[in-house]
Amino acid sequence: MHLSRLLILSLLIGLITLLPIGVVMSYLIYPESAIWQHLWAYVLPEIISNTAILLLGTGVVSAALGIALAWLTACHEFPLRRFFNWALILPLAMPAYVTAFVDIGLFDFTGPVQTFIRHHFGEGIWFPPIRSTPGVIMVMSLSLYPYVYLLCRNAFLSQGARITEAGQLLGLTRNKAFWRLALPMARPWIVGGVIVVLMETLADFGTMSVFNFDTFTTAIYKSWFGLFSLSAAAQLASLLVIVVFGLLIAEQYFAGRKRYHTPLKNMSPRFTLHGRTKWLALIFCSSILLFAFILPLLQLIYWSAQVFTQDFDERYPQFIWHTVLLASVSAGLVVAAALCLALTARTYPNRWFKAWGRLATLGYAVPGSVLAVGIFIPVAAADTYLINFFNAQFGWQGHSSFLRGTLFIMLLALMVRFMAPGFNSIETGLQRITKNQEDAAKGMGLFGWQLLRRIHLPLLKTSLFSAALLVFVDTMKEMPITLMTRPFGWDTLAVRVFEMTSEGQWDRAALPALGIVLVGLLPVFLLSRHQEN
Amino acid sequence: MLKAFLQNSVKSLAIFSIFMPLAVHAGVDEVVVYSARNEQLIKPLFDAYTKQTGTVVRFVTDKEGPLLERLKAEGSNTPADVLITVDAGNLWQAANSGLLQRLDSTIIQTNIPAHLRDPQNLWTGLSVRARTIFFNPKKVDAKSLTTYEDLAKPEWKGRLCLRTSKKVYNQSLVAMLIEEHGEAQTEQIVKGWVQNLATDVFPDDTKLLESIAAGQCDVGIANTYYFGRIVDKKPNFNVKLFWANKGQKGVHVNISGAGITKHAKNSVGAKKLIEWLSSKDAQNLFTDKDMEFPANPAIAADPVLAGWGSFKQNLINVNKAGERQSAAVKLMDRAGYK
Repeated sequence: MHLSRLLILSLLIGLITLLPIGVVMSYLIYPESAIWQHLWAYVLPEIISNTAILLLGTGVVSAALGIALAWLTACHEFPLRRFFNWALILPLAMPAYVTAFVDIGLFDFTGPVQTFIRHHFGEGIWFPPIRSTPGVIMVMSLSLYPYVYLLCRNAFLSQGARITEAGQLLGLTRNKAFWRLALPMARPWIVGGVIVVLMETLADFGTMSVFNFDTFTTAIYKSWFGLFSLSAAAQLASLLVIVVFGLLIAEQYFAGRKRYHTPLKNMSPRFTLHGRTKWLALIFCSSILLFAFILPLLQLIYWSAQVFTQDFDERYPQFIWHTVLLASVSAGLVVAAALCLALTARTYPNRWFKAWGRLATLGYAVPGSVLAVGIFIPVAAADTYLINFFNAQFGWQGHSSFLRGTLFIMLLALMVRFMAPGFNSIETGLQRITKNQEDAAKGMGLFGWQLLRRIHLPLLKTSLFSAALLVFVDTMKEMPITLMTRPFGWDTLAVRVFEMTSEGQWDRAALPALGIVLVGLLPVFLLSRHQEN
Repeated sequence: MLKAFLQNSVKSLAIFSIFMPLAVHAGVDEVVVYSARNEQLIKPLFDAYTKQTGTVVRFVTDKEGPLLERLKAEGSNTPADVLITVDAGNLWQAANSGLLQRLDSTIIQTNIPAHLRDPQNLWTGLSVRARTIFFNPKKVDAKSLTTYEDLAKPEWKGRLCLRTSKKVYNQSLVAMLIEEHGEAQTEQIVKGWVQNLATDVFPDDTKLLESIAAGQCDVGIANTYYFGRIVDKKPNFNVKLFWANKGQKGVHVNISGAGITKHAKNSVGAKKLIEWLSSKDAQNLFTDKDMEFPANPAIAADPVLAGWGSFKQNLINVNKAGERQSAAVKLMDRAGYK
């Protein structure tokens, strides 16, 4: 690939992802002063503090969970380690709102746990309320920690134990070596994962609705659906985008010029845990998996069994096929696009290109339905242009669309949405490749496409797989964009989930949700097999 | 491998992008519906219509907000002939944004009572969703219940459960209270409700009803079909229905309804479809699957629903739910109703 071609491609990808965000931000020119006055007085003060607490809590807890689990499974040997290695990724396939619904169902006043306590120990026993700020933070962290886990594990697998050993040679205890060496060395991976977690938390609507926890995003939907003002909603969303971009740039600035290359590619040896620590590790991993995945899964299976005869029909194979097709092509597309952006930022080590890559990931922080409208408006406008053009030039009539309702537009839209998980995974992976490795390759006459194929792709394999997995799973769960851009009658499992949950029929939504989880097992297996090899 | 994969994806992309739009074929009599009402509720209906008339109904479902934006963005190129929503507020909003055309039909005017239709005939209700009071019979004597308004009285302190104010059903209820009592008095009522809450508001009606049964609260407000769904599975469910505001204006009702889009390609077919939906042939198919009440008063409701006794509908036009919705949302924000 010629360098300038790479550059042009990156600019193009960036422009595509920025167009819908531009459309959303263009609503800033419509004044909505009456609504803003109301929001300032009664809504914003609370949601700003709520959102800040939620971000802080979810960021810290999911980072702690992700790092701890990655450190355990990547660098230690304990019972069932090989199982946890891949199983701990699984909560990714469980939509967060499902985990929320199930956990509330279990632990709220009407749930089995509290009912049991009331029944056997009498009323009036205090029980920590699940529908609370700590409750939301726990559920979000349990659902989102895999983003951190996945990326951190890539870091620890290739360097963790070795660095710790080096530290021990220098007289540090293993504990100290972790805090002083392994953890700081994994910084880009941790930050890359946490950024994705925070953006997803910001844009989340489903889980927040189940908890009735008011955040920026719930206020956006309230303005749109309740106050009938898409302008006010888009303005709020624009503020969100600006703040997120500010944070991304700040992160880039603080990351500074540190380099995190490690030339070692071999798998590090693992420390074997003994005695009590061995069992503690086992209990820790099991309980996380239990609450983040197994309990919600059991509930889904239970509900599905109840509605199976009523709801399962001959269309399900098609729903599954559509889901797999959409998720895999979107994963391929996003990975290719993210690779372009990340390579550009590396090839031209210039602040602007790095910022350009970050800018292209902003779609992940915009609430789904708002972004869907931002995508749909320019597509519909282009369609109108094409229809008029072909009608005037060739007299083609009867075409009501050329772009809308095509898989092509659907995929572009999903790329806009899911660039962040793809880009963050690949960008951190690229940091692993040393300049020396590249220079040596260039010295041997490898450039452009050859350099990419012979050096970058093999060394980036794990990161590319992780990126593809994240995008695949995210696409499967995605609702607003799929709903808005799908062709007539072209339904996926997520569309089925929407049909059932929109009228509160959670038990009937379980069947397609279970389908999503089962399809999600596939890429997780592939990834784990790849890493074991 | 990657290359082959990419090549394949490009191929399938090309196939989809070329052929999908061409599937929009003319010729057969076809009506296209944008629906916020679920697939499982509308598909059996459309299948029956196709069987009866030969007209093919194609539809796409989404939330109301995105569907309206879709119609706006598509303008005169929209494929949609009919818009179906599950509440009056969004139909009002669609009409207000100029997305609907007049639906002048004597059939609909005969079948559907005036308070369930748009005064300008831009849309019509097709099913009635009643929102009323539910109580725990072990803790509450039905005689002590009267109106939505009275649930704000201090005797209900710590006993009331409500669903979130973000749900359109509560926004409509409060909008109707504003229409009846004015903003100042309604704000007092809503503040009274908030003070009487037994626990944080619930995300859905099902959870709320279960909490009444479990004794977390004594009384609450919910749509009847959520109650119907639970009773259908648990006949001994420990919650009873009370038809609110009997001596006053009656029970708050909302509708699920439809209108013809402004730029419908087949407005004749669209009108026929909506007329059919209001008729005897379709009303029970439309309502029974979701345990709603027929909008056409000549049609009997599902026997389970009829078992709850008859009730007086509030006759204020449901149109007002849309007109006053944003005022209601702001009022609930001021009253601290989350």
